[in-house]
Amino acid sequence: MRVFVEGVGLLGPGLQGWEAARCVLAGEEPFRSAPTVIGPSELLPPAERRRTPVPVKLALAVGQEAFQNAARDAASTATVFTSSSGEGETLHQMCETLASAEREVSPTRFHNSVHNAAAGYWSIATRSREASTSLCAYDASFGAGLIEAMTQVVSWRKAVALIAYDQPYPEPLHAARPLLASFGAALVLTPEASGRTSASLGLEFLPGEEKATRMSDSALEDLRLGIPAARALPLLEAFARETEGEVVLDFLAETRLRIAVSPC
Amino acid sequence: MLQALREKRSGLAPCEFDTARLDTYVGAVSGLDDFRVRADLHDYDCRNNRLAQLCLEQDGFARGIAAARDRYGAGRIGLYLGTSTSGLHSTELAYRRRDPKTGALPADYHYAETQNAYSLGKFVRRYLGLAGPGFVVSSACSSSAKVLGNAARMIAAGICDAAVVGGVDSLCLMTLYGFHSLGLTAPGPCRPYDVDRDGISIGEGGGFALIEKADRAESGAILLVGVGESSDAYHMSTPHPEGLGARMAMQQALDSAGLEPSDIDYINLHGTATKSNDASEDKAVFEVFGRETPCSSTKGATGHLLGAAGITEAIVCILAIGHGLMPGSANTRSVDPALKSNYLLENRNAKVTRVLTNSFGFGGSNCSLVLGSVA
Repeated sequence: MRVFVEGVGLLGPGLQGWEAARCVLAGEEPFRSAPTVIGPSELLPPAERRRTPVPVKLALAVGQEAFQNAARDAASTATVFTSSSGEGETLHQMCETLASAEREVSPTRFHNSVHNAAAGYWSIATRSREASTSLCAYDASFGAGLIEAMTQVVSWRKAVALIAYDQPYPEPLHAARPLLASFGAALVLTPEASGRTSASLGLEFLPGEEKATRMSDSALEDLRLGIPAARALPLLEAFARETEGEVVLDFLAETRLRIAVSPC
Repeated sequence: MLQALREKRSGLAPCEFDTARLDTYVGAVSGLDDFRVRADLHDYDCRNNRLAQLCLEQDGFARGIAAARDRYGAGRIGLYLGTSTSGLHSTELAYRRRDPKTGALPADYHYAETQNAYSLGKFVRRYLGLAGPGFVVSSACSSSAKVLGNAARMIAAGICDAAVVGGVDSLCLMTLYGFHSLGLTAPGPCRPYDVDRDGISIGEGGGFALIEKADRAESGAILLVGVGESSDAYHMSTPHPEGLGARMAMQQALDSAGLEPSDIDYINLHGTATKSNDASEDKAVFEVFGRETPCSSTKGATGHLLGAAGITEAIVCILAIGHGLMPGSANTRSVDPALKSNYLLENRNAKVTRVLTNSFGFGGSNCSLVLGSVA
């Protein structure tokens, strides 16, 4: 199985967009952690911008950057969204309301609570009527999204965007499921190389005893382990370094993913 | 289920779930309050995983998977499951027991094993002893239809040799109060396609199936012949008024099966019984199939099973093919004259070779499946 990477989007603490972060991941500049800045999405009309929850904004921002880098039309591209945490703030607000005497839940909040809220807003914003799915595999969510997106590319012979994102929960959920920071990564994947292609990817499965590739910078390694979407970091580092090689990504307990990366 | 369909029996009853005080009917599964999951998986104990285990214990399914595990090896069987709210009710209960001083959730709250969307996947994976690649799809009410597409693609790509697919959703306050806040819950049992339809009845349920390569199919097996997936790009909780996304999903499912609309003997509709869903779905069905193809919604019998609707209605279709039964619509009295499709109020017994089933969800997520019998 071989697919091509046409565009990358990235947002994380101290990783403010793929263009800015690639020097850090290539080791040319030091990593300096700073809170992830997630602005309002230009993709949405002003009324919708205000109503969109933070995880949706995060997903839209990295998706938009990946499509800009790919110079590809999002309206005609299928999407795979993957997130361990989904819509945490909305979940918290709904559960607080439901634990109160009044139980008057907001209809907007309710439709924002679904795990595929980001996918829904993306489809409205980009006018994409293509197939879209929303996945979760707890800590293995990035690997799940990558397998599904690569499989779609080879099955349909069409471009597919992978959008992985995780936003920390508010308390008290944060204590039950601590996530280190906001992190989103997006890849536009294609079946053939194009003028914008930066790398090709191959996929193999390894047994769970294999060790995942670690980040050489210890703060970046903390991010990788502390946020499911940031399990993508070794792959992004390989893109940034533009060298041929293999990275091993965490997946389910019994399985690792070996990704062969070849710069194009 | 076959017997219930034959009798046009509805499982809907006035809502007595938890502390919900809502004037609506639900399709509740009895016995879940006293049921416990297998002892070694007790951290996963919640309404959704109880329901999952109850489903796996039906019809010899778990035994069948044990045999498949011997045949393929645990690592070669994928697991693709759909759910909308997973074990969310456990979080709702935990929020009522927060520490009055610190606000902390109780120590016995298990986020990963109950609340996370993947908790269903992890629970079923451990219950069945599977070790292949897998994940949970959570795209609201299309979730467990879409997993059949995931399984077919993964098997075709050689990522697994077979796959368990399915979906489970269980009652929780979020969906009951949430749909109520949108004005979408019916005060009585839901009446799909009725002239006086007034909303959905929320149900709970689940279903599972084993997907294998078509070259293993024996006489009597059911083939997944087509999958269509699309997005509405219209609104978060209202379907496209002309049914544009629904039409695209149905057309893609037919195209991927290499079939014409006239090849379909019966359509199991999404048919939620809201004004807007049934009107837009009817436009889409009429546009693709015209007024002849018999169709019905079985949600008057089951209620809307949300993330489990896709798989349970696929199983209705498998029964329709196996027993030559096109189910009539439970609770529907008088079909809305504005709707043009050939909607079945009564059961029809006839040879059924190929069927199409629709599942549409919040966020404008649409999926249509075509299932057929092996000649």
